[in-house]
Amino acid sequence: MKTLGIIFSNLHDKDVGELTAVRSLASVPFGGRFRLIDFVLSNMVNSGITKVGIITKMNYQSLMDHVGSGKHWDLSRKNGGLIMLPPYSDREMSLPKHRFDALKNISSFISHSDEDYVIVSDCDNVCNINFSDVVQSHIENHADITIVVRNKDLENSKSRTLVNLDSDGRVVDVINTDKKRGKSMVFCNILVMNRKFLLHILENSVELNYNSFSKDVLVRGAKEYRIFAYIQNGYFANIDSLSNYYKHSLELLDKNIRDELFYRDGANIYTKVRDSAPCKITESAQVANSLIADGCVIEGEVCNSILFRGVKVAAGAKVFNSIVFQGSEIGKNSLLNCVIADKRVTILEGRTLSGHETHPYFIAKSAVI
Amino acid sequence: MKKKKCIAILLAGGQGTRLFALTNTVAKPAVSFGAKYRIIDFTLSNCTNSGIDTVGVLTQYQPLVLNEYVGTGEPWDLDRSYGGVHTLPPYQAKAGGEWYKGTANAIYQNLHFLNEYDSDNVLILSGDHIYKMDYSKMLAEHTAHNADCTIAVFDVPFGEASRFGIMDYGDDMRITSFAEKPKNPKSNHASMGVYIFKKDVLVRELIANEADKTSVNDFGKNIIPNMLKANCKLYAYSFSGYWKDVGTVTSLWEANMDLLGDNPAFNLDDPSFKIYSRNEPLPPSYIGNKGTFANSIMTTGCEIYGTVINSVIGEGVTVKEGAIVENSVIMQGSVIGENVKINYGMIDENVVIGNNAVIGDKQSDKNHIALIGRNTVIKDGSKIQSGEIVDNGGAQA
Repeated sequence: MKTLGIIFSNLHDKDVGELTAVRSLASVPFGGRFRLIDFVLSNMVNSGITKVGIITKMNYQSLMDHVGSGKHWDLSRKNGGLIMLPPYSDREMSLPKHRFDALKNISSFISHSDEDYVIVSDCDNVCNINFSDVVQSHIENHADITIVVRNKDLENSKSRTLVNLDSDGRVVDVINTDKKRGKSMVFCNILVMNRKFLLHILENSVELNYNSFSKDVLVRGAKEYRIFAYIQNGYFANIDSLSNYYKHSLELLDKNIRDELFYRDGANIYTKVRDSAPCKITESAQVANSLIADGCVIEGEVCNSILFRGVKVAAGAKVFNSIVFQGSEIGKNSLLNCVIADKRVTILEGRTLSGHETHPYFIAKSAVI
Repeated sequence: MKKKKCIAILLAGGQGTRLFALTNTVAKPAVSFGAKYRIIDFTLSNCTNSGIDTVGVLTQYQPLVLNEYVGTGEPWDLDRSYGGVHTLPPYQAKAGGEWYKGTANAIYQNLHFLNEYDSDNVLILSGDHIYKMDYSKMLAEHTAHNADCTIAVFDVPFGEASRFGIMDYGDDMRITSFAEKPKNPKSNHASMGVYIFKKDVLVRELIANEADKTSVNDFGKNIIPNMLKANCKLYAYSFSGYWKDVGTVTSLWEANMDLLGDNPAFNLDDPSFKIYSRNEPLPPSYIGNKGTFANSIMTTGCEIYGTVINSVIGEGVTVKEGAIVENSVIMQGSVIGENVKINYGMIDENVVIGNNAVIGDKQSDKNHIALIGRNTVIKDGSKIQSGEIVDNGGAQA
């Protein structure tokens, strides 16, 4: 059961506009040394997938720098491996706006592949899923489409794709809504299809009058196709806002979540190796309940925080409940509380910056404060 | 065949008997160092940082871990289509096969590797030193002197000089005498075991040395003295950075401790001269809120719930609640149980220390380090004295 992986790197950029001002959602840093795409990419590799196409649209320099030839994911291969799929357009065509357009845009890549199945995923999810289980259930159900869903207690009015299942796990109903509250089954933006089925709907989209994947293929298709759900029960975080990003990041301070995310049955999460020196925590430092990446030098106080690679915290500085990206420097006697500092931020001496747990204060890349 | 200025041969076959349990099942260059490295990372990274892209690694003693670690050379950017890193174990040939008899014989047996590349010079390195050195500067002096051989020199304390090859040289850096491990050293200019030879000179000397049945086939004892006698042009290259021979448990411990402090004796944190290594894909390290973590270094994947002071903590190490680790080196994958006390300990890879064990005692200091060999399981409540060596013969735990 050879499976082709396809990843959308830009689909939800707007959800976290602050973090995607200088990068695609796929290359948003997460968890001290990773980028969001590392999770889906590693899940694919850990599931035996050896050919992965990454659909990009804009802002993809940092993503290309990160994934490179794919060697850190063992995807630098003669056959298959990692393939970047930047937009293909001429004067007549505009950049693809939606999932369906983007897939149409790469239909020749899909048709030239020889895998039986295709797994299509966004990269706004932080999880460690065995995709071969999803493909296996797809095969056993003789499904046209298998969508990954999870149970979630809905509290706010975000637009979501919800599903209802029958007792066999077949999807009977797909609804796009922002009104539902309470326990629901939510589509996780990950789905498996037979490659030929996908090609069929892409090539006949005009006749079928398909423009949108969720509205047309899923909502209308629920009556027509065999759509099954695969229920993901493990840890799953969807990054759809800055406050959500903040909340899910700090969840990593929980050992159980780290175990589930980084150590599930030996399925590691891979990332680009930077060969930083080990982190150094000096005599004057105090560190509690925090994640510290390589290359950090800590002389001050760090509590309930996540420090990415190469962060320097000077003596007397206090970093509380904050997330500090790669290469930032926190000056002497400064205080950060509930802050997200993007890459290479410089906080000069004696500054005080504070957000709130539900509204973290964001500092843009390379800012000097 | 593309011409190369210099290729390197790294002598990595030594057993390192004075490291005791640390080298029961691995060669010395594969011993862990500085939280995320192995000793060989320093010489391989030096090569990469000096623009040398062809390295032969001569292995002999317990090569499996080392071979696996070096692999294709990718972590050091030494996976090249012409050149790159090659491990060179002893082999059987038509005329019979034999183990490497000495440093010179080891290279003699691999002349075919030298001849594979059209290189003007050959850099010879030891795989058991901790230092950062740009060999391209040494190569530039070697070329400027039109030397037959250039030897890197490090000035050691006089008291230690008799452990090294000691030489004299004039203001023009030309070497006038060389004595291997002299009882009464005339100077403190010690050979670092880093040589650059003109390739044709090296090949000539190796063949001549091999023909001499009285020779012990050693660079310091035979090749260099013979070349001096023959009035060859030997020059010294003075190196003044950090350099440490880590042949003993104490010196390995000291080198680890040299990474600590606000102004460490050996600073690894230099983006312009990185030390590369092969690492596991692990998340950043977690420090809990019940212990203290001070004046220590650590790499990825650690889970620290106890107290760590003045120590070096390797990849994926767990220190459980109530444990106190001081003045110690904990290598990758080891688990330190609850309420364990370790002072002046060297804990090799994948060791499990049971709860409430005590390692070290009042006599513990850098000359009395308790050493626990890899894959060893220490039972709950055990007491291990200072200077004691515990190992399970290297069997898999």
